[in-house]
Amino acid sequence: MSATSMTDTTTFYVTEEEHHEAGGATLLGFWIYLMSDALIFATLFATYGVLSSNFAGGPSPREIFELPLVALNTAILLVSSITYGFSMIAMQEGKLGATKAWLAITGLLGAAFVGVELYEFSTLIHEGATPQTSAFLSAFFTLVATHGLHVSFGILWLVVMLVQLSQRGLHPENQRRLMCLSMFWHFLDVVWIGVFTFVYLLGVL
Amino acid sequence: MSDTTHDQAPHVSRSAYVYGFLLSVVLTAVPFWLVMNHVLAPQATAMVIIAAAVAQILVHTVCFLHVNTSSEGGWTLLAYAFTAVLVLIVIVGSLWIMYHLNANMMPMGDGMDAQP
Repeated sequence: MSATSMTDTTTFYVTEEEHHEAGGATLLGFWIYLMSDALIFATLFATYGVLSSNFAGGPSPREIFELPLVALNTAILLVSSITYGFSMIAMQEGKLGATKAWLAITGLLGAAFVGVELYEFSTLIHEGATPQTSAFLSAFFTLVATHGLHVSFGILWLVVMLVQLSQRGLHPENQRRLMCLSMFWHFLDVVWIGVFTFVYLLGVL
Repeated sequence: MSDTTHDQAPHVSRSAYVYGFLLSVVLTAVPFWLVMNHVLAPQATAMVIIAAAVAQILVHTVCFLHVNTSSEGGWTLLAYAFTAVLVLIVIVGSLWIMYHLNANMMPMGDGMDAQP
């Protein structure tokens, strides 16, 4: 019995690569996934836009948003975009050490971004501006925390890629994965442009 | 396999990243400066920062996400344009509908108590 199950499992392995375009198809498929993610954020932005003036007696954006903190976070995310770009350039030149170093810096910047955001959230909650306070704050926390959650998963993916690079180096599959993560990371920066413009800057105007 | 994969990955250039980064810094600093120092009237400020956001999204798309007519045979650009239309319909459509819904609703609040 055990012998047959062993042979059964071995037959599930594909021993040959059949599709030589797999790399390109992966990048396009991942791009389509990111576009679906953009639609999730579009619904959250629409929700925020509809609810952003319903304060229910709670604080208004002008009273609780701290623009210097948001400017700091924006700068961190923008710098992390170009450090990821340097990592891609190092990958293209076949420099494993530089690729890993820039990736690690990108991950640290991402962690700093999430840290500042968590600090902002805890400050707001201590001031009594919780998601339960008003429709405006519910929509705000949902939108911004969804973006923060994406960044957190991006950092997790970065760490996994660092382990994979350490173990197996810059082989084509790892390069393909790094290209996908590149799209993911830059896409999050694009979403953040919408967040700091429509939530924070227009909110305090 | 290896050659095919590598060739199909978009070629990234250092200059695209550096130019994209410098443009992004300007397009981020100007909106923050306008809002934090109250340089213009609110209406004008809103229009400028929305224009800067749209410009910066396009800069990121071209310089960082490498979307152009040749990547993936143009399919990424097509998917991007299609998604942009859907995103605009979702956001602008929702705001439009809810604004008019609010404007045309019967007044609530005080009148609620008088209901049988």
